[in-house]
Amino acid sequence: MFKILQKTFSTGIVTTAYPGKPAKISEHFRGRPSFDFEKWQDARPAEDACPTGAISVRDNGGARKVTVDYGLCVFCGLCAEASPDHAVRVTQEFELAVADRRSLVLTAEYTLNADGTHRNLGTVHHGFSNLEADIESVGRKAHEKIQKLLGRSLSIREVDAGSCNGCELEIVALNNPIYDIERFGIHFVASPRHADMLLVTGPVTRNMELALLKAYRAMPEPKLVVAVGACGISGGIFGENYASLGGVDKIVPVDVYIPGCPPRPQALLQGILLAVGQLREKRFDEYPNK
Amino acid sequence: MFPLFGTLQQKFGAHVQSMHAERPDEVYLFISDPDIRPIVEYLRGEFEARLVAVFAEDRCSTEGVFFNYYVFEQKDNPQYLIVRAPVPADDPRFPSLSAKLPAANWQEREIQDWFGLTAVGHPNPRRVALHDNWPDVHPLRKDFPIDTVLPPFEGERHIYRPALGEGVFQVPVGPIHAGTIEPGHFSFAVAGEPILYLQLRMFYTHKGTEKLFERLPIHKAVFLAESISGDSSFSHGTAFCQAIERAAQIEVPVRALIMRTILLELERICNHVADIGAIANDVGFVMANAHGSRLKEMLFAANEQLAGNRLLRGMVCVGGVRRDWRAWQVDTLCDTVEAFAREFRDLVALIHSSESTRDRLEHTGILKHKIAKDLGIVGVAGRASGIDLDVRRDHPYAAYPRYSFEVPIYQAGDVWHRLQVRIDEVKQSIAIIRRAADHNLQGEFRVPVPPIPPNRCALSAVEGWRGEIIHWIRTGPDNHLERCKIKDPSLNNWPAVVEAIQGNIIADFPVINKSFNLSYSGTDR
Repeated sequence: MFKILQKTFSTGIVTTAYPGKPAKISEHFRGRPSFDFEKWQDARPAEDACPTGAISVRDNGGARKVTVDYGLCVFCGLCAEASPDHAVRVTQEFELAVADRRSLVLTAEYTLNADGTHRNLGTVHHGFSNLEADIESVGRKAHEKIQKLLGRSLSIREVDAGSCNGCELEIVALNNPIYDIERFGIHFVASPRHADMLLVTGPVTRNMELALLKAYRAMPEPKLVVAVGACGISGGIFGENYASLGGVDKIVPVDVYIPGCPPRPQALLQGILLAVGQLREKRFDEYPNK
Repeated sequence: MFPLFGTLQQKFGAHVQSMHAERPDEVYLFISDPDIRPIVEYLRGEFEARLVAVFAEDRCSTEGVFFNYYVFEQKDNPQYLIVRAPVPADDPRFPSLSAKLPAANWQEREIQDWFGLTAVGHPNPRRVALHDNWPDVHPLRKDFPIDTVLPPFEGERHIYRPALGEGVFQVPVGPIHAGTIEPGHFSFAVAGEPILYLQLRMFYTHKGTEKLFERLPIHKAVFLAESISGDSSFSHGTAFCQAIERAAQIEVPVRALIMRTILLELERICNHVADIGAIANDVGFVMANAHGSRLKEMLFAANEQLAGNRLLRGMVCVGGVRRDWRAWQVDTLCDTVEAFAREFRDLVALIHSSESTRDRLEHTGILKHKIAKDLGIVGVAGRASGIDLDVRRDHPYAAYPRYSFEVPIYQAGDVWHRLQVRIDEVKQSIAIIRRAADHNLQGEFRVPVPPIPPNRCALSAVEGWRGEIIHWIRTGPDNHLERCKIKDPSLNNWPAVVEAIQGNIIADFPVINKSFNLSYSGTDR
């Protein structure tokens, strides 16, 4: 007993100050790749390198449309390595959760050159302009909602709908002394009947579809669903096939999407807090009867 | 050593067709009909060979047959012997080994489900890899397109055997479990507190991984390999890259091999230290878990610094590793490992000082040696039950031949000793990393990858933190694969949980399950 106490005191407080202060992460961490669409002369090498098809190039006559989908991105950085013109750069950004799936998608339009490269940037749709990146204000807003709507606590039921268990490792890490999610009044519960939020990893397999639906239906109103990771958002590298149905929103309505492969604990925290900020007293008839 | 071809010919005549060494440590024996039983009996009897893996391949379009492959290994012999038996397409049946060799049980049933070949004489031929309410499809046949949309489910997913008798109850658990873990269904038959029998239903997370390997180009498939089981991302990624390197005769530079070794050991201690804490947690010693998860976080920070990703993803590549380390990165790694080693000593001392923890863990969830051997149990669970296997020592890869290390073996087979194996292995891993990181790292960290020649087969094995990971590939044209077989140690070891749980109380199931800590995704793929 004495030894346990001694170890506790000698260890001290290890909990991170995030989100009050910025996260301390290694400069080698691979976060969101950023794209300089004006500088980018050829998106095809990046498309060829991307393991999940997050970068796609569609040529139509003399026009080219390049699409970047952060909902598919596994943050491998191969697109940056493959693009010699330094138009693609790996950043350390990880707070990427959004409420609208469409804001994870960027598109740019070009005119094709004879040699297959492109020029003359047309329009760019910056999905990420809607991003709620100010984690401090997200945290404040979430805190108010937790106080007002949820009786000072948020209960999360985690559902693995087919993941590789990578996302689970990071979700479990939210409960460790470093991230200590309970300091926000957020805790993980054993039953969807006790839960305000379903935190779902994917891809949703054919075999887990029914279990996910049942868990969703068992939750009391108001309820939130957060889709975690590239696979939870879009099916990721598994995509859709005979055994995989793809992203979580194919099965249940999703309030917030958290990109990553897997999203680091701080990214999960940002997404969860963002979802709480979305919470309002929804009426029953607003939910599709799925 | 394995028998020579001449010896086999004398004994089995025309039954054995040919034998060749694809690589010095990978020997193929081709036989002429599906009945492999006499050869298996001979190899197991006279040569004490162990069955490592059983899998199939659809070669109907090119060679007009299916092939079954049986991989064997021997004590103190770095060679794998792979016996290939044809299964005719017009009579798709092969004799089952499972009655005599329970280790083949699930693997033969996978072949039934995925290829539509019948394991004749299998004691329990029910579906395992496809749930009972799936239509009659065989996804790994070449004529089954991966994006086939299957009709909605009808009927029962799985009919469990009833447990009858006065006071006997069936307790269904899952597929969604109480904690943040992966999905699977457990049906406990209990008489009061003690568990009479546990029935497992896995493959809830089956996502067509092996089929998907046949569609992705090889450089993208590395990422799929990293997603077989997230906690073993680097081990599976390495196993996959090794397979390609063996097939294409790519010589990986020593520096890259050493870097891989360091990362493989980092992955092992990350998972072990978290498990050590979690096992203590499951018998109420919460403080140990707090420290265990804190230590894991320490290593995750090191992972991120070395590989750019906390799970070591996106680091391994065909031909080496993707990024170099500067001297200060290696220094930081050494500092982290030293700090970790000190903290780890404290954690172990804490657990060993807790009599109540030891009391709950000793004699709990015993896996007997005989049963472990019959079921082909590997890895941590095997070593706690006297199964002396470790791919790092038995079939050296990466830079392991450069380092000597001990493989901890215990006989008791209870939760306490599975914990002890992990503690010992962490200490060994720390020693390996110390020596590897101390090495004056010079030279290339990756080599350019030539075009991958088609129609080459290669077997690759890695000792993941759970145990033996096997990848077997056949390359195809245009940087693609014809077949990629994945065997995660979890597939072998799930039946061990069933055996170890019997007679224990249901309240001890979580800690027993945790002491095996098997991957559902690795099993289900």
